[in-house]
Amino acid sequence: MTITQVRDTSVQPNGGSGHGAPLLDVRGLTVDIAVPAGTLHAVSDVSFAVNPGETFCIVGESGCGKTITSLAVMRLLPKTARIAAQRILFEGRDLLGLSDKEILGLRGNRLGMIFQDPMTSLNPVFTIGNQLEEVYLRHRNSGRREARERAEFLLEKVGIQSPAMRLGQYPHQLSGGLRQRMMIAMTLMCEPALLIADEPTTALDVTVQAQILQLLKNLQREFRTALILITHDLGIVARMADRVAIMYAGRVVETGTSAEIFAAPQHPYTRGLLACIPVPGSQGKRLGSIPGIVPSLIGENEGCMFRNRCPYAGESCRHGEIALRELSPGRGYRCILEPGHAISEATREPATTASQATVQ
Amino acid sequence: MLRFVLRRLQIALLVAITVSIVGFSLLRASGDIALVLAGENAKPEEVVRISHAYGLDKPLYMQYLDWGAKALSGDLGRSLFTNEPVTGLILDRLPVTIYVAVPALVISLLIAVPLGVLAATRPNTWIDRAALSFAVTGSALPSFWLALMLIYLFGVMLRWLPISGSDSWWHFVMPWITVAIGVIPLQMRLTRTGMLDVLSSDFIRTARAKGLSAASVMFKHALRNAILPVVSVAAVSLGFLLGNSLVVESVFALNGVGMLAYQSILRLDFPVVQSIIVFISFCYIFLTLMSDVINAKLDPRIGLR
Repeated sequence: MTITQVRDTSVQPNGGSGHGAPLLDVRGLTVDIAVPAGTLHAVSDVSFAVNPGETFCIVGESGCGKTITSLAVMRLLPKTARIAAQRILFEGRDLLGLSDKEILGLRGNRLGMIFQDPMTSLNPVFTIGNQLEEVYLRHRNSGRREARERAEFLLEKVGIQSPAMRLGQYPHQLSGGLRQRMMIAMTLMCEPALLIADEPTTALDVTVQAQILQLLKNLQREFRTALILITHDLGIVARMADRVAIMYAGRVVETGTSAEIFAAPQHPYTRGLLACIPVPGSQGKRLGSIPGIVPSLIGENEGCMFRNRCPYAGESCRHGEIALRELSPGRGYRCILEPGHAISEATREPATTASQATVQ
Repeated sequence: MLRFVLRRLQIALLVAITVSIVGFSLLRASGDIALVLAGENAKPEEVVRISHAYGLDKPLYMQYLDWGAKALSGDLGRSLFTNEPVTGLILDRLPVTIYVAVPALVISLLIAVPLGVLAATRPNTWIDRAALSFAVTGSALPSFWLALMLIYLFGVMLRWLPISGSDSWWHFVMPWITVAIGVIPLQMRLTRTGMLDVLSSDFIRTARAKGLSAASVMFKHALRNAILPVVSVAAVSLGFLLGNSLVVESVFALNGVGMLAYQSILRLDFPVVQSIIVFISFCYIFLTLMSDVINAKLDPRIGLR
């Protein structure tokens, strides 16, 4: 993982509804990964900010760079990745400027991460207790007994019966939903200020998904943790997010509050996504889909990345880098179309769509 | 866990019985022992007499049962050549063989495992390539040649180490090196492959996301998962070293089990050969059992199978 720091040109943080400095302020994040076929531009010029205690959703299809973005924040990218950014400020410290030792002190402590697949994310050869206590012992000056008490406390918090017994078990003795609860408890051991959850419910049964999301929401409120929730599911966004970033082909194409995104989507891609949500009761209508495929991110690209799938694309979309148009602080989209362009035609009663997506 | 061990014990017992039957029959199949005992110019009635005296005229399964019953009570018969009890012959030679094999295995593990981990953490760097070259060279060198070269270098030219005998532990240094260099490559490659495999798993990413140090990620989280095949192979290696110590023992003039087996084969001393075969097989069975138990201890999922 090579890190380049681009000189900071603007000082003003770029997001949020404004009370105080954001907890995490990412500006101009670019991640290039060397692959046999050339350079994969996984993430290009991504900027966003997360305020203390809020839920920020990063939404996009597979391969759009949402996971890479979060791994870059954690500085967990492989050696073949090159990171460049103006800044990744977390609690006032630039993560890119930290030594390896300093970042180790933050991970698991102030920064927690929950991964997609709970079946493979826990080490099969150690007990749950061992894996939970380990984080606490690593970051807190405490004894085993205190760590065990903390682990039991958190297992209760994540809704696990008879925690003392569970702590002595191995991951293979637990179901997927239980394991994801264990993962959540593990990341909360040191009460991180920021929790990144990368598709935390994708690998789980639908019935368990809702429980886990509710749990995350409750715990977030209780521990006042900020949450970056990475998902491709707009239903989850509608239910969880305070603010949203829509990513497409390594770029943020639209940002805003959850209400703004669902009520007045600006980018044609966002509108396309919203049109893909099935609306109960709307029989006879074709379910929306976005034609075409995501362009390859290997090699150099110019113009709007969405243009080959965009119903509004024209000649001016082919060249140059399309800038993010800021409508207000924290609200913007990356398109040449004027704000409000042809909204009615592309989306169907967006407000209802959002609320009904929650129900299903 | 207990059920797992008991089940493994049952299997081990079945294997042991099978092995003893095979070991017993193989030797009988290799020729008429009574003829050998009687000598080349023996008269037929003499052969019959010997055959009867040794119970060789009984049906084969009766001979096996007789032999098995005695063997269980520690009586493996007498050497046809020296007339000494076989049990004593083997037990006399065993310490030397063990003293070569066990420390050599420990040394090779102490070198191979860290080297494999190092190679896996830096794949395709000069360290990895150097380790690979070492492994290829090590497994390509015949041990008799390596032993002779060591004797020439350390014994003859530098005069640092004694070249033969088993009087002090200095005498064992060159045998250890010879044996270890033969064993290290496989263990190192296994460690490297296992580690590379494990290092790409999700739970390693989790461990790193917890802020654990690189050493903790490597040696706690990764190695314990990667070491299982190394344990199994180490057990087999030890069995191999106990049973195939002839080359090293003959080059360094050590009077071990390998030497005894070799001499007994030349003399057609079948009770000794048979006992050694069965003894070595039992060592294998025991070591495999041990490695299964150790692995079940290392990975709780194994105990469930």
